[in-house]
Amino acid sequence: MYAIVAGGGKVGANVARSLLRLGNEVTLIEQRRDRFERLEEEFEHQVQRGDATELHVLERAGVARPPDIVLALTGDDEDNLVIAQLAKEKYGVPQVIARVNDPRNQAHFDLLGISPTVCAASSIMALVEHEVPEHEIIHLLELRKENLEIVEVQIDRDSPSAGKRVENLDLPDGARLISVMRGGHAEIAVGATQLEEGDQVLAILEPGKEDELRRVLLRR
Amino acid sequence: MKALIVGCGRVGSSIALQLQQEGWEVTVVDENEDALARLGERWPGIFLVGQGIDVDVLREAGIEEADAVVAATDGDNTNILVGQVAQKRFDVGCVVVRILDPARADFYSERGLRVVCPTKTAIDTLMGAVRSCVPANVARVTL
Repeated sequence: MYAIVAGGGKVGANVARSLLRLGNEVTLIEQRRDRFERLEEEFEHQVQRGDATELHVLERAGVARPPDIVLALTGDDEDNLVIAQLAKEKYGVPQVIARVNDPRNQAHFDLLGISPTVCAASSIMALVEHEVPEHEIIHLLELRKENLEIVEVQIDRDSPSAGKRVENLDLPDGARLISVMRGGHAEIAVGATQLEEGDQVLAILEPGKEDELRRVLLRR
Repeated sequence: MKALIVGCGRVGSSIALQLQQEGWEVTVVDENEDALARLGERWPGIFLVGQGIDVDVLREAGIEEADAVVAATDGDNTNILVGQVAQKRFDVGCVVVRILDPARADFYSERGLRVVCPTKTAIDTLMGAVRSCVPANVARVTL
């Protein structure tokens, strides 16, 4: 596989190194001279200096071949967006992954159809919510392309769904239960599955169905 | 008519002042509060300190009611993003984006942004000026 990695900071350099270790062909692009010189000692001809939002820089890195994948991993969200748009729409790169530094910019990537994206701050927040639940519904995964999300719900003693079978729950359209975790053991949720206090339930749903799901499972 | 100018450098501030004189209601956004000085001491419009790509700032600056948005920060990629957000998310009818890099200017104008590329304008103007220095007969001989 041939990959272009834009941005030679900690993220970009580590990804490039990992890709190379797996036997891939990689070109890393870094704009800052000090960083570039350090990277050059390790990556030699596999790192190029330049602004990866400039077409001639991307072309020198072989974007017109095109590569199998372009990774836009700079510390600047505007730059990552432009790199991703150029790669996808100008050069027809089949796969683009973009880094989102500021989670508030996620909406811009979604608006412009840049997917998948990776945002460290959002991932860490999702883990924090998972470990220290503040809300009854924890977001585990967003499937952007499918426009679906996977959430976790903890059933407690006061939940109206405790003691009920899944088939008897009045689940909203656009929401399904996936699995039930009880005593460290997970089972696929079927119609006959009975929910109990302490269950951790995974559900898949369309965005916006959360309140209805919360009402059915937790009534809050 | 309402205009939102993102970026209050030499270009953005001049556009803001001219539009305001022509009777527009103008709001200016810049990340640096010192940029307000470029609008003069008696700027009657609104000036907001903030990032042009921050949707909350754009909303506060009235992008939802704006008839025109001009993206004129010193960053091409910021302007590209502001322009696309104004056009695609907020459906602003007139969106004008300054892009200094001619290559990116071409790409985004093909994709439907109204792009102004001062670099290309400068090249054309300079070339015209140089050509006009050459007497017509010399030009013909070199051809």
